[in-house]
Amino acid sequence: MIDLLIVGSGGAGLSAALEAKKQNKKVLVVSKTYPTQSQTSQAQGGINGVLNSQNNQDSKGFHLKDTLKSAHEIGDENSIKYLCENSAKTIEWLDQLGVPFSRNENNEIAQRSLGGASHPRACYSSDYTGLKILHTLYDSCLKEDIEFLNEHMLLSFIIEDEEVKGIIVLDIATSEVKQLLAKSVIVATGGYGGLYHGFTTNSSATTGDSIAVALNSGMNLSNMEYIQFHPTALKKSFILISESARGEGGYLVTKDEQRFVDELLPRDVVARAIMEKLKDGEEVFLDLRHLGLEKIKETMPQEYNLVNEFAKKKLELDLVPVMPAAHYTMGGIDTDIFCKTSIKNLYAVGECSSNGVHGANRLGGNSLLEIVSYGRLAGKTASNNLDNIKGIEEKDYPQYQEMVKKIDSYFSLPNEMDFYLAKKQLGIEFYKDVGLFRTEEKLKIALKKVLQWKAELPKMGITDKDKIYNTNLKEFIEFSNMLDIAEVIVKSALARKESRGAHYRSDFPEESKSFAKKSVVNAANLEVKFQ
Amino acid sequence: MKLIICDKEYIIDNGKIKRDSLLSILNYIKTKVDNTLSFRSGCRSGVCGSCSITVNGIERLACKTHVNDGDVIAPLKNSKVIRGLVVDLSSQQKCLKDSKAYLAKKSDALITKEDEKNIDLQSNCILCNSCYSSCPVYEVNPEFKGPFALTRVYRYVNDKKELESKFKIDTVQENGVWDCTLCGNCNMVCPQHIDIKNDIMMLRNKSVQAGYSDPNFTNFPEYQDFGFDPNGF
Repeated sequence: MIDLLIVGSGGAGLSAALEAKKQNKKVLVVSKTYPTQSQTSQAQGGINGVLNSQNNQDSKGFHLKDTLKSAHEIGDENSIKYLCENSAKTIEWLDQLGVPFSRNENNEIAQRSLGGASHPRACYSSDYTGLKILHTLYDSCLKEDIEFLNEHMLLSFIIEDEEVKGIIVLDIATSEVKQLLAKSVIVATGGYGGLYHGFTTNSSATTGDSIAVALNSGMNLSNMEYIQFHPTALKKSFILISESARGEGGYLVTKDEQRFVDELLPRDVVARAIMEKLKDGEEVFLDLRHLGLEKIKETMPQEYNLVNEFAKKKLELDLVPVMPAAHYTMGGIDTDIFCKTSIKNLYAVGECSSNGVHGANRLGGNSLLEIVSYGRLAGKTASNNLDNIKGIEEKDYPQYQEMVKKIDSYFSLPNEMDFYLAKKQLGIEFYKDVGLFRTEEKLKIALKKVLQWKAELPKMGITDKDKIYNTNLKEFIEFSNMLDIAEVIVKSALARKESRGAHYRSDFPEESKSFAKKSVVNAANLEVKFQ
Repeated sequence: MKLIICDKEYIIDNGKIKRDSLLSILNYIKTKVDNTLSFRSGCRSGVCGSCSITVNGIERLACKTHVNDGDVIAPLKNSKVIRGLVVDLSSQQKCLKDSKAYLAKKSDALITKEDEKNIDLQSNCILCNSCYSSCPVYEVNPEFKGPFALTRVYRYVNDKKELESKFKIDTVQENGVWDCTLCGNCNMVCPQHIDIKNDIMMLRNKSVQAGYSDPNFTNFPEYQDFGFDPNGF
């Protein structure tokens, strides 16, 4: 019997796995992709840590203050405190595992400034921070003989008497539905930025699967209206150019090379300033020319290559056209600060969860910190709790048969409508009407469309009927998950009749005291309450 | 214009081929032309390593590649094809585990800026399997630990944080550094421009320093008559 099943193999899942394994628990990591293919690999800029470095006057207090400010009163102070209290320990843990953090002239771990931070706080490995953290975590997992089950997609939780008993997954390679039993389950499957299909920096795999599954299993979701738009994605390809480009001194300029915003303000402010320019028909460019080739190549080799390969521009010579893109989702499965969901022995951590650590906006460098520090906490909490759990009865649970039937039924759907077309339209609709500037009118248009697609889902379906590695099937399931989440996002955005952090309502442009609370979607009736 | 993908011909708009990455074209075909086309993809920005394929026999990341009329797109080599452009990647974990490519024991050495730079390039590896696919050694030795795993071993051997470098050198003797033909295919196809061949040569040097010798030469007789006497007798 597996003690602890971890769904998702990004930074949060692997950190949880390592922590549980350290406590000699039998761990299995189940993942929709392969471990090093996860979204964490794309994090570039850095991971926040308050270290005892020379020449840096930063403190835990400043980190707390900056994070609280960015959270705009709807963060959970205790969650944020845990994050800030443990940042140095988290960096040290990663350093011990072998993460090759860049060093400064004093041979200390180097730190750079990211937006919204009062001090240089982001530790980094050139601009491949996420990649190097993820790969080092994976190497460590192999060292510890942690077992992996790759390319298996979460379909459902097995829940009996409000207690989790395992999960139901789809084996992507064979289309077989499988039941995996475990005493405890941690979900760490990432966010839902993929809803903004075509307008996001996120991987095409970031479709919020476990959030939709949690909702359908009766778990509440919180702060789902909160989606962070990154100010600088390459125009057209929507490939991320990290905040480190501005952190190292890059400018945002118009066609006539005029700066129009303080580039290091929080992401939502900068993104909206860019969008205002774009709405007026202007173009906005990232300008790094004054930094010089040597500095660019040393501090952001990845940006240099990305701009060269995807925009056919040279950072040291050219202005690079940029646009804001959906980048990070603050909302998710509602948990307490120990990552516990409302279902016993079921935990959620990382971008799929919402424990109040980011509130209304996430600071650059806090997401990598969150996934590693809270990933470890989830692994530890779940492991410590295992002694209280009796064995799980080995039988076919009803959810298994349900999912077998459901997947079978997908093979005989009529295909009268094309879900890929609907998915494309969903991305366009969300970028347009559920984006940086929202109004009741726009949100109602979006809701109507989402409900229509949901109603039309049974008329869609898959044309590929093969059972072997059927990505048509996988993408159809993902689209169904996306629609479930889309409805909740729009309802939450409609309910929050104010502007706060990343959520901006043109028809309610001010912060309102009565909304200084998190939004919670009740899974039973999809009603939104503020608490 | 046409593309041959997994032996099947697809006609694609001329402008699209010129403008878009191969991944965009694959997505276009998947969603508009042929829902059964199977391939992996993720980040679209060359860092998740999932969309590697071959174009005219050469390994490429689909997201970073542009194609031409008549190009032949096929799955990676040296791995079993599951379907379409999707290959079985289970050997990846085995190669890494067999090579013990991780930090075995942490030292307390001071890490300088230069030390960190020494392992910077190797730790940019995205595990896309392109080098594995390009490697000719697998035709004769399927147990070969292979290019990405050996580069990763070198990354840890060369890491001042590692106390047990010797133990790592021990693990790459069999089906490891001496099995490589130094052909350099891996260098040619690495999307992160890692000098894998050099890393393997450096591991050989370290092996010799640790008392190992090239097994390919140990079977030579001590004296061999080549029919040529340099002293002219």
